Amino acid sequence: MNKKAIVYIRLKDGVLDPQGITIQRAILNMGYDAVSSVRSGKFFELEVSGDGGKVEEQIQDICRKLLANPVIEKFTVEYEK
Amino acid sequence: MRFGVVTFPGSNCDYDAYSAIKTLGEDVVFLWHQSADLMNSDVIILPGGFSYGDYLRSGAIARFSPIMKSVIKFAHEGGLVIGICNGFQVLVESGLLPGALMRNEHLRFACKYIYIRVEKNDNPFTLDCAVGDVLKIPIAHKDGNYYNFQADIEILKKNQQILFRYCDKDGRITEAGNPNGSIDNIAGVCNESGNVIGMMPHPERAVEDILGSSDGMKLFESVKKFYKQGVKFERA
Repeated sequence: MNKKAIVYIRLKDGVLDPQGITIQRAILNMGYDAVSSVRSGKFFELEVSGDGGKVEEQIQDICRKLLANPVIEKFTVEYEK
Repeated sequence: MRFGVVTFPGSNCDYDAYSAIKTLGEDVVFLWHQSADLMNSDVIILPGGFSYGDYLRSGAIARFSPIMKSVIKFAHEGGLVIGICNGFQVLVESGLLPGALMRNEHLRFACKYIYIRVEKNDNPFTLDCAVGDVLKIPIAHKDGNYYNFQADIEILKKNQQILFRYCDKDGRITEAGNPNGSIDNIAGVCNESGNVIGMMPHPERAVEDILGSSDGMKLFESVKKFYKQGVKFERA
């Protein structure tokens, strides 16, 4: 069965995010005062097919080895039909 | 003694590295990323550039190329490997070196001469230097901000894996001397056994005075001396 794996990559807590800081500064410069912090990340959509358990195992592996850098990043996966 | 320079799609310092080894007076060959053959090289150079367009993260895709499988095996067996700039990024992504190289703190591409201080000279690539020597070497990168968690930095210090730190021209470790926000001004590190090193500055671009500095040559002279003395690392 075909479905989509949605992968979110985030920086681990405590890892400095210069891009996020710069974006937050821009938001302040725009005159908005509601945002106190921005953390940037990445997002991937993978079309997958096959047995559920096997697919999820593969996606976990792919995230660990390729899509995320486990030294500084963490990931979460959601599945969509 | 033969050096092998890996060419990935997007490498752009491979010819500089090749030329530096010619200046050193040693044998040098190019190694193609799609081949797994290291062509009997004694030292592997992973050059600077933008392998695979820097897609995903700098160095993340290059890690899975056929040549890297051989380089990783070679490194685990004690082979000498130096990663420069993008090559350093490939080595941390491969897990051969600790840490990560993040976007420069100021978010800009930095291309200029900087100074680094030699922290350790019992490494194959620095044995011709003295601890505290200041080398003038250029940098050219946007993702060179060395990062690691504090606990891991302490491990690096304990194992003496920090090879170079950014400094001012008198060798002082200052914030102004740090061009990219690297934690503890770290510019280069080695693995625990010392046979794999990575650095953001480009020693291969500083091998003749006409280029502005010949300080980079000290690294290549060091590894040549190391090799010719016949010192071998114990195989892991």
